[in-house]
Amino acid sequence: MAIFSIPNIKIAGISVAVPAKEYNNRDYDLISEKERENLIKMVGVEKRRVADKGTATSDLCFFATGKLLDDLRWDREEIELLIFVSQSRDYLIPATAGILQDKLGLTKQCMALDISLGCSGYVYGLSVMGSLMNTGKIKKGLLLVGDVSTMNTSSRDKSTFPLFGDAGTVTAMEYDEGSYPMSFNLQTDGAGYKAIIIPDGGIRNFASKEKSFKFEKFAEGIERNRLHIALDGIEVFNFSLREVAPNVRELLSRFSVNIDDVDYFIMHQANKIMNETVRKQLKIPQEKYPYSIHEFGNTSSASIPLTIVSCIKEQIREQKLKLLLSGFGVGLSWGSVLLDMERIICPEVLEYWSEGVNG
Amino acid sequence: MYFCRKYNKLMVNIDEFIVKVEEEFEDLQNGALKSNSIIKEHFNWDSINALIFIAHINVEYGVVINAEDLVNSITIQDLFDIVKSREGVTK
Repeated sequence: MAIFSIPNIKIAGISVAVPAKEYNNRDYDLISEKERENLIKMVGVEKRRVADKGTATSDLCFFATGKLLDDLRWDREEIELLIFVSQSRDYLIPATAGILQDKLGLTKQCMALDISLGCSGYVYGLSVMGSLMNTGKIKKGLLLVGDVSTMNTSSRDKSTFPLFGDAGTVTAMEYDEGSYPMSFNLQTDGAGYKAIIIPDGGIRNFASKEKSFKFEKFAEGIERNRLHIALDGIEVFNFSLREVAPNVRELLSRFSVNIDDVDYFIMHQANKIMNETVRKQLKIPQEKYPYSIHEFGNTSSASIPLTIVSCIKEQIREQKLKLLLSGFGVGLSWGSVLLDMERIICPEVLEYWSEGVNG
Repeated sequence: MYFCRKYNKLMVNIDEFIVKVEEEFEDLQNGALKSNSIIKEHFNWDSINALIFIAHINVEYGVVINAEDLVNSITIQDLFDIVKSREGVTK
C-alpha cells in the first residue's frame, strides 16, 4: 500500500496565476436560465478563468514562478529540481519541464521532468518532489502544477464546458532537516481510464482528418468531437463517493491524526455536490473545508494550491497550519497528503494577460 | 487495513425515505410523492439532478446507486427497494 512519510522537506512558498479573462456561467446560453441557476448552485461554478488561444499552462506557471522567486529572494542557481505536473503540456515532444528550466534561467545542473496527472497531480507531485529532495539532499526545488483545460472542452457540451477553469501554480520546496514529515496515501485504478478522456491526438488514436474533428451528439446539450474532453459525470461521481473518504480516513488513522487536529482540508475542487458529499461522509465542519470553485471552476491539478492561495492565504502567511490535501479524478488516480505549512510566502492570486501585456 | 463505516440512520420505512427526498429537492412540495408515484412525472434525470439524488442516498444510507438504477426505476417504491437491498452491504 502506498502509504508513507517523507521527512526533512519544507514548503517555502506557493503562488498561483490565472488568466485575466473571466467567463460567467450565467452567460452560457446553450442551457436554459433555470439550468444555469441549478448549475451555479449545485455544481458550484459561477465564474471561471479562460486562457486566450495560444496561452499554455507553462505560461501561467512561469508567471507565477517569477513572482514567487522574487518574493522568496531565492538565487536561481540553487534550484536543482523542477517538476511540471500537467495534462496540457506545450508539445507532444519534448517535455515542458526543460523549456521552463531554460526560460526561468535555471542552471544546467537542474533535474527537470514532467508528470502527466490531473486532479490528483498536486498531491502526487509533492510526493515525487519530496522523495527526490530527501534522498538527494536537494536544497531547493520547484513544483509547477496546472492545466489549461478550456482549450479541450466543446462549447456545445454542457457536461464539461461550464465546469473547467484554467490556472498555473508553483510551490517552492526546501530541504530542511527536522521538518515535520509529509505523509501520503496514494492510489490508482486504471480500469476507470475512460471515465475522463480525450480519445484522439495521442499515439493510440492519432489525430485524423476523417475521425477526430467530426462532432457527435451523445445527448441533448452534449456534442463534441474526439479531440475534446469527455467526462462520464456519474462514473466519476460514484468513484469519488466510494474512494475518497476511505483514503483520507486511512491516512489519518495510520498517522494517528484526528479530524479535529487538522486546521483545513483542502480538496480538489471537482464539483460542489461531490465535494459536499465527501465532507459529510467524513464529518468535516464546513469552516475547515474551503471552496474556490465558485470563483475559478474546476482547475484540474491547480485546484488545491489555488484554493490555498485564494481562501487561506492570510492564515498560511502568519501561522503554522496542519493541512490535509486530497486530489481525485482522471486516471483514475487519487491521493491525500497530511502536512504542516508554517508562515509561507504566498502572493495574491496573479492575473495573467496574454503575451506583450505582462511586460 | 480496511475500515467499515457504521450507518446509524438505518432506513425504517418508505414514508421516511420519501420525506427525506422531498426535503432534498426544493421543487417538491411536502406530500407530493407517494410510494406508487411515477418517478418520471416528478424528476427530470438530467445529470445534476441525478448527482443530487445519488449524493443524497449516499449520505443518508451509505448506499451507492448509479444512473441505471435511477433510469430503470419506475416508481418511488422501486428506488426504495434498490436502496433497501444494498443497505449494509460493504463495498
